[in-house]
Amino acid sequence: MSRAILYDSTLCIGCKACEGGCAERWGLPYDDKIAAEERISAHKLTAVETHGERYSRRLCMHCAEPTCASVCPVGALQKTSLGPVVYDAEKCMGCRYCMQACPFQVPTYEWNKRLPKMRKCDMCYERQSQGKQTACAEVCPTGATKNGDRDQLLAEARQRIAEKPGQYYGKIFGVREVGGTSVLYLSAVPFEQIGLRTNVPQEALPDLTWRVLELTPDVVSTGSVLLGGIWWITNRRGEVARTEGRRK
Amino acid sequence: MKFKLPKITVWRAIFAVILLSGLYATYLRVVYGLGGVTNLSDKFPWGLWIGFDVLCGVGLAAGGFTLVAIVHIFNIERYKPILRPAILTAFLGYSLVVVALMYDLGRPDRIWHPLIMWNPHSVMFEVAWCVTLYTTVLFLEFIPVVFERFGWHKPLEWIHNISVPLMIAGVLLSTLHQSSLGSLYLIVPEKLYPLWYSPILPLLFYISAIAVGLAMTIFESWHSSRAFGRALELPLLASMARVLAVLMSAYLWIRFLDLAHQHAFGVLLRNRTETWLFALEIALMAVPTVLLYQRKVRMSPGALYACAVMVLFGFITNRLNVAVTGMEAGSGAHYIPKWTEVAVTLSIVGAGFAIFRVIAEYFPIFEAVRPLGPHERAPEKMEETEADSVAVG
Repeated sequence: MSRAILYDSTLCIGCKACEGGCAERWGLPYDDKIAAEERISAHKLTAVETHGERYSRRLCMHCAEPTCASVCPVGALQKTSLGPVVYDAEKCMGCRYCMQACPFQVPTYEWNKRLPKMRKCDMCYERQSQGKQTACAEVCPTGATKNGDRDQLLAEARQRIAEKPGQYYGKIFGVREVGGTSVLYLSAVPFEQIGLRTNVPQEALPDLTWRVLELTPDVVSTGSVLLGGIWWITNRRGEVARTEGRRK
Repeated sequence: MKFKLPKITVWRAIFAVILLSGLYATYLRVVYGLGGVTNLSDKFPWGLWIGFDVLCGVGLAAGGFTLVAIVHIFNIERYKPILRPAILTAFLGYSLVVVALMYDLGRPDRIWHPLIMWNPHSVMFEVAWCVTLYTTVLFLEFIPVVFERFGWHKPLEWIHNISVPLMIAGVLLSTLHQSSLGSLYLIVPEKLYPLWYSPILPLLFYISAIAVGLAMTIFESWHSSRAFGRALELPLLASMARVLAVLMSAYLWIRFLDLAHQHAFGVLLRNRTETWLFALEIALMAVPTVLLYQRKVRMSPGALYACAVMVLFGFITNRLNVAVTGMEAGSGAHYIPKWTEVAVTLSIVGAGFAIFRVIAEYFPIFEAVRPLGPHERAPEKMEETEADSVAVG
């Protein structure tokens, strides 16, 4: 069973209760000034964006095959079987490849700290492993953010579209994007109009580098034979030339 | 003897200013963190230090493995006079890349983490291992110079015994990470501008690294011949310039084919910064390539040097285009390095030149080279016999 979040933009009233709940769960400061910031950052791991009359929520997408976990040189990021992608700050050396690689630009950095960490939503991994709801889902007054089993949420999203086809843009964001994500979006309008990156590939990104990296043993073994062989041939040729030169 | 102050020249003054600003920037980096000294942001996490200090630094140091392969694996011994400076450049280059990483990493105290915390799926993990191992190899390839200087024959022998596997390992490690620096960007297909994103980025990075390694060797031979008043190894450099021209031609042709396969030519019609910087990059590589096919150019020290410099700048433009220009639009961010970033980068480059000079002064880096005497082969004749190592030997 894999946990997920369904965010229905048509139900969101922009009250930002999720932001407050999230800040409280992480022990981060939250006031009117921070509430006014419409982007995620190291001190605000989820943000409600306004797009005209519509709202959209930003948080980590918790990809099925996370790009961040694949690029992290020290394995500080892991996809848990429960669903959340979690981060071990003790391993992180701050190369920021996760930030560079994330197709949704989710990881943020504590730029102004002397011992900085990367920060992102972890879908309340601890709360969920104790059977609790994520902080954002728990405080959401309208049910715009719902936390549950991914398959069930997916079925529910499809049902909502089927019941009120006029109210929804007929697709669910996160089903196939970058190979599927654990955060699913419903919207009344095409997803780019509520600020989602719709130009992301439909396949998981880690394959793009693995395709090359998996050749490493082949390159090393073939290369050793080839270079060793070339050395052996050319070196022998030099020896022969030297010996013959001596005889003359 | 009275202590004499070093003479103040324009270059020394510039060097001092750069180094002082670099030191001040270092202080700011330590006290205020990355946010205080860089213009990096959540949407643009890699800037000048990765784009120039790492991507260009590693590439410009590629002459080390290229010349080791030429001299010791292909046994083309007449290139030996320029091998040591190339190894020294590479060793210094890699050491300085590590220094640059200490600035760029958020937690430089954890730079060793990839060695014990593994993730074989990460290109960065592979690069970290290769750079660590290859810097060690370069150290071992360089250290005989020190042993020779002090006449330590025993350790010299030890190194000599392992030299062949060592050099093969060096070439393989370089092949892996020079290409992997390109692979780093395979994972951002929707962020990197189509003129630079390509599934064959690792191949393109590898070929251009070998080419720029040769250009860098020409560049440093020219400079050291002036600095130390030695004769320029012109026939050697000229024949190397031929290889450079062929490599660059192959590289440019592959770039062209790649753009064709990706149907990216339409992108060239857009009047955008990316288009112009792409044009600059290609021009800086194509012009010297065409010129180097002329014998007159190869045999003129000034023209040869100018061509090498153009290749260097073409390479640097390419790497900065991939790391900075090409990533801006896709990331929705604009990035111009802060003065502190530039100061650190310039200081590192300056320190590289200075340390090279000091080492070359006190250690036998150029000793194998004699000035050309009247009995030496005529340059062009030597060029003709380049492939025929048996006849030469």
